[in-house]
Formats: sequence, C-alpha cells, structure tokens
Amino acid sequence: MAEAINAEGLTKAFGRTQALGGLDLTVHTGEVHGFLGPNGAGKTTTIRILLGLMRADGGTARLLGGDPWRDSTELHRRLAYVPGDVTLWPNLTGGEVIDLLGRLRGGLNVQRRDELIERFDLDPRKKGRTYSKGNRQKVALVSALASDVELLVLDEPTSGLDPLMEEVFRQVVAEETGRTVLLSSHILSEVEALCDRVTIIREGRTVESGSLAELRHLGRIAIDAELAAVPDGLGSLPGLHDLSVSGTRVRMSVEVSELDSVMRHLAAAGLRNLVSRPPTLEELFLRHYQHEELLGAAR
Amino acid sequence: MTGTFSLLRLVLRRDRVIMPLWVVTLALAPVGYAASIKAAYPTAASRQQFYDLNASSATFIVRNGPLYGPDLGELLAWQCGFVPVVVGLIGLLMVVRHTRAEEEAGRRELTGATVVGRHAGLAAAMLVTCGAFLVFGLLVALGVSAQGLPFDGALALAAEFVLTGWVFAGVGAVTAQLTWGASSARMLGIGALVLAFMLRAAGDSSASAGWLVWLSPIGWAHRMRPFAGEQWWVFGLAVVVTIGLFAAAAALSSRRDLGAALLPARLGRASAVASLRSPFALAWRLQRGTLLVWTVCLALIGLLMGGVAKNVQSMAQDNKAVSDLFERLGGGGALIDAYLAGTMTLFGLVAAGYAVQAALKLRAEEAAGRAEPVLATAVGRGGWAGGHLAFAVLGPVIVLAVTGLATGAAYGSGVGRLVAAALAQLPAVWVLAGIAAVLIGFVPRFAAAAWAVLAGFLVLSLVGSALQWNQVVLDVSPFTHLARLPGGTFTVTPVIWLVLIAVVAGMAGVTALRRRDMPVG
Repeated sequence: MAEAINAEGLTKAFGRTQALGGLDLTVHTGEVHGFLGPNGAGKTTTIRILLGLMRADGGTARLLGGDPWRDSTELHRRLAYVPGDVTLWPNLTGGEVIDLLGRLRGGLNVQRRDELIERFDLDPRKKGRTYSKGNRQKVALVSALASDVELLVLDEPTSGLDPLMEEVFRQVVAEETGRTVLLSSHILSEVEALCDRVTIIREGRTVESGSLAELRHLGRIAIDAELAAVPDGLGSLPGLHDLSVSGTRVRMSVEVSELDSVMRHLAAAGLRNLVSRPPTLEELFLRHYQHEELLGAAR
Repeated sequence: MTGTFSLLRLVLRRDRVIMPLWVVTLALAPVGYAASIKAAYPTAASRQQFYDLNASSATFIVRNGPLYGPDLGELLAWQCGFVPVVVGLIGLLMVVRHTRAEEEAGRRELTGATVVGRHAGLAAAMLVTCGAFLVFGLLVALGVSAQGLPFDGALALAAEFVLTGWVFAGVGAVTAQLTWGASSARMLGIGALVLAFMLRAAGDSSASAGWLVWLSPIGWAHRMRPFAGEQWWVFGLAVVVTIGLFAAAAALSSRRDLGAALLPARLGRASAVASLRSPFALAWRLQRGTLLVWTVCLALIGLLMGGVAKNVQSMAQDNKAVSDLFERLGGGGALIDAYLAGTMTLFGLVAAGYAVQAALKLRAEEAAGRAEPVLATAVGRGGWAGGHLAFAVLGPVIVLAVTGLATGAAYGSGVGRLVAAALAQLPAVWVLAGIAAVLIGFVPRFAAAAWAVLAGFLVLSLVGSALQWNQVVLDVSPFTHLARLPGGTFTVTPVIWLVLIAVVAGMAGVTALRRRDMPVG
C-alpha cells in the first residue's frame, strides 16, 4: 500500500455553494504532505470527506486502503485527527480529553503523552473552558501525536500557537518517522520546512501537486544581475517577466524552461555580477491566486 | 456604555422570531383564562361558591397564591398565579443567553474588541429583555380590560408579570457574572427561582410565617393585589431591586476578566480515570450533573405536592362543610386522587423536558464542534448517539421514580401506587425523546423545535383540557392518551402504541443521523 490517501475528482455542494469541484489528492505512505489553500478553499471539507464525516457528491476516495465512508470506524483506529477549530468539553480537564480521545482511537502511549505535555508546556489539570485557543490546540495535538496510529490528519494545527510553540510543533513533526502526516495549512514557511510533497487547492480544485522540487521547476527563478551594458529587446524574450532596469542593474523573474536562453543573452551582454534564487513556496502559491486578486481588484 | 444601541439591535435581530412568539402566546394566556372563567362561573353565586371552596384550600394556595375575593378579576388574578414563575424563567434565560452564553461562544470577544463599552453587552441584554416585558405587559393590560374588566386591575395584573420578569432578568445578569459557563449560570438562576417559589408558597400557606412572601419576588407579584385594592408601591420596590441587581452585575463584571468568573475554577485531574474510555462513559460524564439537578428539583416539587395532598385530606376531616362538599364531588379520596393525577401529568411534562434536553445534547455537541473529534476516532455514530439517547430514555425513569417516591413519602401513604402512577407517564415522555431524535437526524438546524412541540403538548394538557377544546386537538398530545393515575383505570393499548411510536421515531432519527453529513453548522 504505497498510497495512504487517494482522492480523485471529489465534488461536494452545500446547497448552492459548490465547496469542492473536482479535487484530487494523493498522499504517499510515510510522507509529510502539505495541503495548501486559503480559507474557504475546501481543505476542511476534503478532510471531513476523508474521515467519513461527510459524503462526497462525486468522485472517489480511498483512505489507508479502505472506503472512508463505509469503513470509517475501522479506519479511525489507525488515524488521529486534529480539527482546525478545537473545542473541548467545558468540565473535562485537558489531561482527561487527551486520554479519552486516545483511548477511543484504540490506545495511547502514556510515556509519549507525558513527554509531549512537557514539551508543549501544557497544564493538563485545567478545565476545558479555561484554556485559550492555543492551549486547546495543544490538547488535541498531544492526544493525536501520542496515539498509536499510522496516519495523522492535522487541520491548521498551529493557527493558535505562539512562535515558540510553533517551533516545538515543527520539531515534533520533523522527528516523526514512518508515520504519514496530512498537514493542512496556510503558513507556507511551516509547509516548506516540514513537507515532502504539497498539494495546492483553489476554490475546491487541485491546481498544483508534487514535491517541492517539482513545483519549483514550474515556478520562476528570480535573477538579479549587473551587466556591462543592458541589451535592447531584453524585455521581449520569451519566458522573462517583471523586468526592472536601473542603470546597468537588471532584475527579472524567469521561467525555468527558458532559463538557458535568457542566461545566454545575459552572458552575451557581459555579466559582472549575478544572484539567482529559486522560487519560494509563497511565490508558487501566490502565482495561483494572483488571477483571482486581479479579478477582485477589477470588481 | 458606548455601542449599547448597536448591540441592542444585534440582540433584537437574533431574537426576532422567538421573542414576538413568546410575548404574544403568553399574553394570550390571561385573556383566555378571563374568557374561560366568565364562561364557567357566569353568576355571582357560582363565583362565591368557587371562592368558598378554594380560598382556604392549601393545595391551590401553594400553587397559585392567595385568592383575594369572589369577583371575576380576583379569580382571574388567582388563576394567573403561576404565570410570574414562567415569566421569571423567561427573563432569566433571555439575559443569560445574551450575556454569558455569548461570552462562552467567544462572540463577546468579537464584539468587545469593536467600539463598544465594557457594560454595553449587559445593558443591551437588560434593555431588550425589560422592553419585551413592557410590550408583553401592555398587551396583557389591553387584552384583559377588553374582556370587560376594570383597567386599573388589568394594569396591576400586567404589572405583576412585568415585575417578576424584570427582577429575574436582573438575577440572570448577576448569575452570569458568578459562574464559568452559561449552563451553570442558568442553573444558579433557576435555583433562585425555585427558592423564590418555595418561600412564597411557605409564606402563603402558613399563618405565622407570612412574612416569608416578602423575601420572594413572586410573593411581591401577588401583593400587587390586582382587582383587589391595587398596591402600586410594590411595583416601585421591584424597579428599585431590578436596578440594584443590574448595578451589582455591572460592578461584578468590572471586577472580572472576559471569560472569567468570580467563583474560581478549580484544577482537576491530570489524567482520565480508567473507566473514561467509551462513548457511553463520556455521555455519563457530560449528562450526570443535569440528571441529578432535574431529579432533585422534581423530587422537591414532589415533596411539596405530596404534602399539599396530605393537607387537603386533613382539612376535609376537620371541616364538616368541606368534607360534605368533597362527598358531593365523589368523595374525599377521589378528589385527592384527581389532584394527584393532575400532579402526575405535570411531572410527566417536566420529565419530558428532561428527555428533550438530554436528547438535544447530541445536537449541542455537534453544533459546538465537540462531536467531530469523537466521531473521528473509532466511535461509530450509532454508539455516539446511543450514549446520549440512553439518558433521554432511562433518565426519565430515574427522575419519575424518585419524584413518585418523594410525593408518596410526603403524602404518607400509597408510595408504591404513586411511584407506579409517576412511571406510567413514561410512554409519553419517550415519544418526545423520539421526536427530538427525528429532528436531530433529519433537520438538525431545527432540532430545538422539540421544545416547541413540548410547549404545544403542555398547552394542550394544562390549558386545552381545562377549556375543553375539541378532543381531536387534545388527542395530538401523547399525554392525553395516558391513564389518569392514581384513581383511573390503566389500559395497555395506548402504552403499546406510544412506546411503538417512540421506538420507530428513535430508530428513524438515528438512521438519518448515520447517513447525513457531520457536522451540520
């Protein structure tokens, strides 16, 4: 079983709102997979379908080799889920919730639980109603991470954590070996630091999926160069964008496929200095949303 | 208090359906009572006879307060004697709903960060609630005087309702500051309401401790004396107390942080006990407190009602005229049985309220986002729903058995008979649990309509049967089909039908729940 999650062409509508319009998601066993998209893109709906909480209108979904709707109870023994908005029972303590959810999944590693409570600096004796959002998230995270499961489904798990705790979270996930993690997020640096592969969705559809290296290949490389003289017609070269010229200094972004030809032109013009930088995930991400923003601005 | 006005509009918008609904329905009650008294006791002689029979009856004094005279207005005011309790409950719940419940849901944080003053939320909740009671009072005054009663008395009757609504709105504002959650604020407030009722009942039915009624806002309401020499200054007293309670709530609220409480929260266990490992164990943990409160409250009312029944009996033995009257009405024993049977219907309706609340816990868990993490574990939906529905089904058994026991213990004889009579209410109670399950399964957003259904049955049982509505209408309520016990004859057929309906409804609800999306926002 090489694929922990395989969803194809998922569609889901709530009344007249089309939440998912053909979403694909493939997560390989053992990898940390980033699931990216802005609020309302359909991340949580996808996760709920994968957990068998909601039924897709169309498309197919497989989770750990089973049908997420039909086999949900059995499959849930093998996974742990942290919802995006964690609410706890007001009269149960954090420690009780950690144990209860772990036991309902089928088992909890008590030693690991205590270690995680320590690392996340959580007071497990407080009642649910007295925790802040970040502390509620810690409760759910500790319970999930300490459970004996093979798949972790984390829906924006760090949205309430302070930078210090976010760092702890990164360390803990980075230490995970062998377990599959689906990490939904819109914090790109987190995904960049943790994930082997990412899927970017927009308005309920998958717009990009692959390893970070593959995605970078689809992106543009930023180039900052000092030339002997700026050649004419530089701006009209294919695959060259966002050119800005100040004196003999040129800045641009170049599509990876056209890098070779652009570099020949620059070299021919006499290179004095050159800095190149691969695209960040943020740039990849924004590229898919600029279209939408332009539409928004025109309205 | 900047921003009070905009928050006020928010409160009005949130309550735009429920508020007009209770204002109008409840205002119709005294109008309906007036019409029915006129019809039932058309002559002065018949009203005098009613007065002679009831003015000294401990049973009715405990429930409705003192009967001041034999005229139509006095009979009406007495008939409405329990309305202040209902009105007080509404005021209390409404203020908690718009203060502590908002805060608990985190919405107060949202509005609190905008340009609104510290007390704006509290002030808006109080203003809307008090305003709603004012409109309600106006409708009552106009409606009752339109029945041909003196306007002064109608106004005083309206004022006694407004007064209890206001004071308990103030009580709600204070309890909302004291506790950690909205539900404990409600419980504390309801405790105050029950205490007020008992103080009034004790003061009214005792010759030596009559001053007790002055400790109770419900007692003040009756001391307005509508149609019997109105005492307007009592209303002034209530206004002062309401303002005092509001000021106290505001002062308490400035002394605490958002989300915090004055009664401190204690630390609990760092890890769960070994038994907390199943959906049923979780349901038990979440529901046991509520079950205990309902059982204790209803048992206390049972003690009160049983004690009253005993009084009725001794009064009949002591007083020749009264015992003669009882003989004519079918014997003292039969009269007490009729009274106890009516009490059992009341217990059944209250137990149904518990069943509805226990079943709706499913929906509350879902809406609050607490169902999702549980259902994402190896817990199936059937198991999750079953844990809570077990309380809706078995909880009323405990509530009614203990209440029947308490009634019998206070009455002093026939304990077994009264426990059986209380348990005989169960089939109708279970029908309501079934209705709640159907709503949760099929139309989760409107699951709270189960309360409206219960309210409808309550009206049919308490008002409809007294006003002798058409039997077809009365038959809609499952409580109509139960044998009137003690005293009546028990038949099995309606029990089988009601249980069958409850089982089918429950199964349909759970099946729908297993097939639909979770959570529905």
